[in-house]
Amino acid sequence: MIVIEASGLRKVFGATVALDSVNLRIEEGRILGLIGPNGAGKSTALNAILGLTQYQGELNVIGRDPWRERDQLMRDVCFIADVAVLPRWLRVSQALDYVAGVHPRFDRGKAESFLAKTAIMPASKVRELSKGMVTQLHLAVVMAIDAKLLVLDEPTIGLDILYRKQFYDSLLNDYFDRSRTIVVTTHQVEEVQHVLTDLMFINGGRIVLDCSMEEFESRYMEVMVNPEHVAAAQALKPIHERKVMGRNILLFDHSDRKQLAALGEVRMPSIADVFVALMGTANSNRAQQPRGAAR
Amino acid sequence: MNHPMGIQSNPAPDSSFHSPEASAPVHMKTTRPFYWSVRRELWEHRSIYIAPLAAAAVAMLAFFVSLITLPHSMRELAALDRAHQPALLAQPYAHAGMLLTLTAFLVGIFYSLDALHGERRDRSILFWKSLPVSDLTTVLSKAIIPLFVLPVIVFLLAVVSQLTMLLISTVVLLLRDGGAATLWKQLPLFEMQLVLLYGVTVLALWHAPIYAWLLLVSGWARRATFLWAVLPWLGIAVFERIAFSTSHFGLLLKDRLFGFAAGAFDLKTPSGAPVDPHLIPLSQLAPGRFLSSPGLWLGLLFAAIFIAAAVRLRRYREPI
Repeated sequence: MIVIEASGLRKVFGATVALDSVNLRIEEGRILGLIGPNGAGKSTALNAILGLTQYQGELNVIGRDPWRERDQLMRDVCFIADVAVLPRWLRVSQALDYVAGVHPRFDRGKAESFLAKTAIMPASKVRELSKGMVTQLHLAVVMAIDAKLLVLDEPTIGLDILYRKQFYDSLLNDYFDRSRTIVVTTHQVEEVQHVLTDLMFINGGRIVLDCSMEEFESRYMEVMVNPEHVAAAQALKPIHERKVMGRNILLFDHSDRKQLAALGEVRMPSIADVFVALMGTANSNRAQQPRGAAR
Repeated sequence: MNHPMGIQSNPAPDSSFHSPEASAPVHMKTTRPFYWSVRRELWEHRSIYIAPLAAAAVAMLAFFVSLITLPHSMRELAALDRAHQPALLAQPYAHAGMLLTLTAFLVGIFYSLDALHGERRDRSILFWKSLPVSDLTTVLSKAIIPLFVLPVIVFLLAVVSQLTMLLISTVVLLLRDGGAATLWKQLPLFEMQLVLLYGVTVLALWHAPIYAWLLLVSGWARRATFLWAVLPWLGIAVFERIAFSTSHFGLLLKDRLFGFAAGAFDLKTPSGAPVDPHLIPLSQLAPGRFLSSPGLWLGLLFAAIFIAAAVRLRRYREPI
């Protein structure tokens, strides 16, 4: 089952092209990380998927056109658009009352049991809660909705490390199963690396990389090159090179592992390192996309 | 898909997709989101009921103060011509109703100006839009506040406070032996309340385009909603006055604010005497004329257009 399918998705703000003919296809049961620099088009893409913004091209989310059928779509889609969108006047109990009143797939008991594990009181108003607690509340509401797609746009921005860790832990342990799909954008790449099943880099409104984490792991290799092999390693066309404490670290895409192992210690790069490598390439030479990207 | 956190070991309870309608676990009435959206408005804007309650409290308090001199006033009243007695007796009751109506008008104005602006200002529009509630339901749940909820609150509060006033004056007059019988015989309170019910209905219908316009502006303007709502109309009126030395547009505005009185009531008796606004008899209501006046229907048409525009606009709205 395909949850999100877009072809030729395009959005222009004045002279700025926020999305430039994006094609994507996200299947059920995936946790996709949408990673990109500020202004790359991440939020625009998510807003289009959520029916919050108009677009050109074809877009289908769970069989619906998001722009024309937002209210219907929201029975099957949940989203947390960064923190602090819950109104400050709302009481916790009112939030549950309202969502129970308007959402046919909301399980109030579930939300209450999530909340019982936190310090949040039902009579509290949102304005009385800390930023972390507001996110806990929002997450409790969202996790109690039996949705097919959950979209998280910078869900943990401004939260301390404990809340961030807890956020992804509860998402994985209490919410995610293979009938659900999660799309998340974040700048805190290290924290989601172990969570994701799929990865997408977006830059300048284009998709620069689109692969599963397995593919990512087999495709990208980082070699801490022994000093005597540096020239040989550079000859193999690394996509990125950096120096850490006097050692050269080279990043390779689609290279022979055995060949690399002879040059030094091979390991899996972090998403952040590959991101920096690809964004550097993309920014210095936008016309030439990296191999295998931008399907 | 290889997941390091062992998610794989949890068997997916149901990984098959049904069509959205077929698998809806709770069958929800279409009016349910509307009902909860109206309740949400009352949670957010507590002035909708607190301000009328406060107005009723002020009217009652003032009336209690007047009770000190009530027996004295009743003796003076008894000396008057019987024909003048009802209008004098009706005054405090009518004033309470008028204060409530005016309060509701002001609350309605400021409520409508904020209704579609506040949710963009505090970014909560992103939360509301994440729920399966259509823009139509949302905007209608806001429009119904000044058009229906506030008039109902005014009427009910007026009835309750007027009955309380009547009851307490009766007790005072009985204790002080001063004309409770005259009060009950001469005060047509039931008739007054029917007229009030007619009045708040007429007012809501007549002012509908005003509230609808304010809602539209609140959904459209980024800031200074009050100025955007008011200044264009004033500008047109003054422009016309200066450019053409006429004031058709100004009169149109005046008519939209106050025209309901002449439109829905016969303000002169058949004999040509003016009707006391404190005590309008049922015979002076003119529902037929009001319902057949083009001003009413034109106003409602504009109200519908403004509301439709506000619904359409909300689709494009995002936080400001």
